[in-house]
Amino acid sequence: MEFLLEPLEYEFFRNALIAAFVTGISNGLIGVYVVLRGMSYVGHGLAHAAIGGAVIGAALNLNFYAGACAVGVLATLTINLITKNNKIKLDAAIGIVTTAIFAFGVAMVSTMKNFRQNFETALFGNILGINDADLMLIGVVGLITLVVMFYSYRSLLFSTFDPEAAQIFGVKQKSVQLVFSLLLTFSIIASLNVIGVTLVAATLIAPAMTARMLTDSFGAMLLYSTIIGATSNVIGMYLSYIFNVASGTTIVLFSALVFVVSMMIKPLRNH
Amino acid sequence: MQETSPFDVPYPAISLANVTAGYERLDVLNDLSLAIDAGQLAGIVGPTASGKSTLLRVILGLHPFISGQVHVFNERASNIKAGTIGYVPQLNSVDWTFPVTVEEVIMMGLNAHGRIVPWLSKNERAIIRTLANRLGVEDCLKHSINDTSGGQRQRAFLARALIHNPRLLILDEPTSGVDIKTQHEILHLLNDLNRAGMTIVLTTHDLNAVASHLPWVICFNRGVVAQGRPADIFTNEIMTETYGGDIVIIKHQGHLLIANSTPLNTGRH
Repeated sequence: MEFLLEPLEYEFFRNALIAAFVTGISNGLIGVYVVLRGMSYVGHGLAHAAIGGAVIGAALNLNFYAGACAVGVLATLTINLITKNNKIKLDAAIGIVTTAIFAFGVAMVSTMKNFRQNFETALFGNILGINDADLMLIGVVGLITLVVMFYSYRSLLFSTFDPEAAQIFGVKQKSVQLVFSLLLTFSIIASLNVIGVTLVAATLIAPAMTARMLTDSFGAMLLYSTIIGATSNVIGMYLSYIFNVASGTTIVLFSALVFVVSMMIKPLRNH
Repeated sequence: MQETSPFDVPYPAISLANVTAGYERLDVLNDLSLAIDAGQLAGIVGPTASGKSTLLRVILGLHPFISGQVHVFNERASNIKAGTIGYVPQLNSVDWTFPVTVEEVIMMGLNAHGRIVPWLSKNERAIIRTLANRLGVEDCLKHSINDTSGGQRQRAFLARALIHNPRLLILDEPTSGVDIKTQHEILHLLNDLNRAGMTIVLTTHDLNAVASHLPWVICFNRGVVAQGRPADIFTNEIMTETYGGDIVIIKHQGHLLIANSTPLNTGRH
């Protein structure tokens, strides 16, 4: 028990643990829709766009999150616009829009010496440096995600499973798509300091994929993914403390391990 | 039983006037005018790429049209209230690996009722159970949709479409992907619904199913070739004009059998 309680004596660890737990819940929840809508690449792409935005924001003396949010939302709207007429597929649109913004950010970083440290933090995460403002943002995004997902459950399920029929049954497909894209963008941005750009996509996808291995029901998949996301992040944090390894990597490696175990369990479950 | 106006004159459930619609530079429907009476049970038949699915999509408001007017129950199709039209998509357009149970599929139809919390109310659960019982899928409500047969899948989607008790039911290829017994049961069910007053329009490639089960047929190939009772419409001339090939119509003891006149040469005797 002592190894569980000892790290809690440090404020930085308590903050980190809360941040990891809350982002685990919101990413676990949103990740189900990301995986089922075939948007696994979008988390990776939007995280890169957000970091490009953070750099642009820094150049304009804006807050890290303000730049990331503004450009993240802009990238989301642009991707929606490009894919609107079905001529260009989602993965291609994500590829061009988010990589271009990221490249622009990298180009700016090379001219801004004082931003390099922040840039590296955003790339690999700095969960041990989470401050009260970060915690507040993560909490607000987590709460909004939970509330919107709760009240949009039926619309989101229908529009994910059968988008055309959903429209006929009164689901406002464009609004649902926009709200979901914005939630996803905010969740990714809230996770940047926790996990980092390079690893955030895994925390969206791994819990949902693990949950998929365990159930054939949509409702159960949402519940399992949320629990697995939060638990993996908390255990990953402890592993980071115990083995003195970067927290983003232990979270993702533990999530991957849980997925592998679920893959081994699936055939037994089917048997 | 046909739905009638206050003056006892059948009125159109679906009315298209001079509609042109298509994709890119290809007009699939060109200046199309068509009316389907309320209370009708109509099957739209025609070859692949004849525009049947585009026609359904235009009526459902899923495909924009370049010119013309589309009305459903005298309302512009774009203004139709959710729940007025029930829709059953083609089974092969559905992702069967999606983690969803039969009950969850039927629940989706409740979306237009306005209740937004995730769980089902007692009343909703009772509605789903009654409908599932009527359609013979009560025993597989908790089964993954992926673990059900073609017939059960078709019934689950039909239950979803019927949950609002819509005035108009549109089905895209409901007879494909199911065995002949299930096909027969589905068409009988549609007949029962139609007798209860529901207007039903479906597309199909199965001419024999249309001939034996549907009271009204529309032969379609980029436009209406002919429409009427199967016995009047299934003639060599109309079939050739619709399909472009030689089709044999056999009439036997009041039944129609439609077949291709050129048997496949297998090289065996």
